[in-house]
Amino acid sequence: MNKEETLPSAFAGPVTDILPSKGWVSLRLREVWEFRELLYFLTWRDIKVRYKQTVLGAAWAILQPLLTMVVFSLFFGQLAGIQPGGDVPYPIFSYAGLVPWTFFVYGLSQSSNSLVGNASLIKKVFFPRLVVPIASVLSGVVDFALAFLVLLGMMLAFGVTPTINILWLPLFLLLAFTTALGVGLWLSALNVEYRDIRYMVPFLTQFWMFISPVAYPSSLIENDLLRTLYGLNPMVGVLDGFRWAILGATEAPGPMVAVSAVVAAVLLVSGMFYFRRMERNFADVV
Amino acid sequence: MGDLVVQSENLGKQYRIGALQRGYRTLRESLMDAAKAPGRMIRRTIRGDPPPEDQMIWALRDVCFDVRRGEVLGIIGRNGAGKSTLLKVLSRITEPTAGRVRVSGRVGSLLEVGTGFHPELTGRENIYLNGAILGMRRAEIDQRFDEIVAFSEIEKFIDTPVKHYSSGMFLRLAFAVAAHLTPEILLVDEVLAVGDERFQKKCMGKMQSVGREGRTVLFVSHNMNAIHRLCPRTILLDEGRVRADGETPEVISEYLNADRSETDCKEWLAPDQAPGDGTARLKRVRVLDRRGRAQSSFEIRDPIRIEVEFWALHSGQPFMPIILIHNDNGVCVLESAANHDPAYTGKARKKGIYRSVCHIPGNLFNEGMFHVDVLVRVLVPRRYFVRESNLLSFRVQDSGSGESVKGEFTKRWSGVVAPLLRWDTDVRPLDAAAGKPRRRKR
Repeated sequence: MNKEETLPSAFAGPVTDILPSKGWVSLRLREVWEFRELLYFLTWRDIKVRYKQTVLGAAWAILQPLLTMVVFSLFFGQLAGIQPGGDVPYPIFSYAGLVPWTFFVYGLSQSSNSLVGNASLIKKVFFPRLVVPIASVLSGVVDFALAFLVLLGMMLAFGVTPTINILWLPLFLLLAFTTALGVGLWLSALNVEYRDIRYMVPFLTQFWMFISPVAYPSSLIENDLLRTLYGLNPMVGVLDGFRWAILGATEAPGPMVAVSAVVAAVLLVSGMFYFRRMERNFADVV
Repeated sequence: MGDLVVQSENLGKQYRIGALQRGYRTLRESLMDAAKAPGRMIRRTIRGDPPPEDQMIWALRDVCFDVRRGEVLGIIGRNGAGKSTLLKVLSRITEPTAGRVRVSGRVGSLLEVGTGFHPELTGRENIYLNGAILGMRRAEIDQRFDEIVAFSEIEKFIDTPVKHYSSGMFLRLAFAVAAHLTPEILLVDEVLAVGDERFQKKCMGKMQSVGREGRTVLFVSHNMNAIHRLCPRTILLDEGRVRADGETPEVISEYLNADRSETDCKEWLAPDQAPGDGTARLKRVRVLDRRGRAQSSFEIRDPIRIEVEFWALHSGQPFMPIILIHNDNGVCVLESAANHDPAYTGKARKKGIYRSVCHIPGNLFNEGMFHVDVLVRVLVPRRYFVRESNLLSFRVQDSGSGESVKGEFTKRWSGVVAPLLRWDTDVRPLDAAAGKPRRRKR
């Protein structure tokens, strides 16, 4: 009897089909979910090594927004005389903006460099690559929490009491996360092919700060319609929403936040699709 | 034998040569292209298509093979034959360009030891991180943690950042994590060569036991010895294609024989084409048997001659031909210089053609392939006129019909060399009561 004939010629279990992919591909988010432990460990690693071998350690997380706040208060608050509106002191106003802004900038720059920074992993191990930029943005949450505690302390010192709106805060953090990740996905995938991105990111974040109401209130734009359109910059929704949730000084920026949320969602979804599309070349090019 | 677990059909992987050399394009280059053909360029950037003008090479081409559950399959081939690319495609690190592979079961790949280790983290932290990267669940790592630490033999330093480890400790820890992976299909790329000899043996033992546990292993290596010991079946890749697929000894010998072509003799017709410089150039190099015939295959007990002929293009140099012989693993077995003839050595030579022959006795080299480098130089002041690697290759084998170190033994004999050495051995126990032990005369 021929030995070949006795061998089963079929697979016994579930089969993974490895094929060349063409065009736009599905996001395979379920696979990302299966690798959630890796996501956890990569985030944990980024947090753990972030302030290794620094003298000041985690104090950096507080110092950056704090010192920026001091400079802003001096130049924009005192010299330029910018009025935040309501009875909120300028230092609180600017720091409440700088906390989510720092989180956003950190997430954006870390994630856009994440694929190149983890090149050795990408070349040698398989996992859904989406995990890498997501972990980069997530690792900023710890810095955010520290800086946020300082915000609470400052409010106590200035005698500003938070309102019930603070319950909305996680939503605005999520919006900042979505925006940072959305842009980060585009830039990280582009960065694999074009290292120009690395030089572009610092410029981009600086530029973005000027067009976002970090140092000044969005109420400088007096026309309501224009102010809503200002929300096309998703960070406008984040900053105004954040200040509203904590300080409750202005009225709820509903339509503007809605516009920002839509833009952020579009950035995220398009970023994911673009990322997935470029993913097939990452290991060969990075 | 078990069910099918891997089936590769006409698998192909194409690389852009540009991508290999340059790694990435700058935006400026792309913008320059864009200026020439805006629409096409933008479409290309967004869609991630390769630029058409770049040259493409096939790293894998029409690769077909099946693997069944529990098989330990060796993959061999020269550098650039596509071995690592094949593992990368199977482990889904990179996508194929053509064909398909179907894989059933959890795949673990070990293309490098210590992937993702972070120098600032401690050994303990790196075990968790690396384990997660290699696809272990947290609970699995918890469960195997002690085993991993014990295997790595670095218990004392487990809470020290790995940047303070010696390279040996680092590799041991890294291999220990990798060795405790439990995927159904394990892809391994040349990672056994870590640590000192004792640790390497431990690693080999671990690999063998993985094979015995009934897991499927695909093992890439240049180490024919390891392939021989671990894998009953082997695939030979050559320029991206499967050149042989079958029982390991046959495939290995096909691989080794592929190197043998025409290297018992190299000859240059005129000095201007020959290797060397303006002072001396090679004319002909040959491997000869005892009758002076060029040959590339020798019985272990036969003498071998290496002949070097060269043109001395200028007078006045004390030319010194030298040969170096390497085995297949790159170990230099010997270096020999024509410096034992007082009539020749150290005397300035006139222009002309010179010949030197090195006589190598039988029963010196062990079985295997040997490769010859040829140098022509002067010793003082140190100057090289000719310096050529791998000019000749010859094989030494023992067909078992005569006196050699192996005698009747049929398996592989260890060692780079296999000389017949004299032994004096007591025939009675030294502590026997009956007076002085007698020696047997050889």
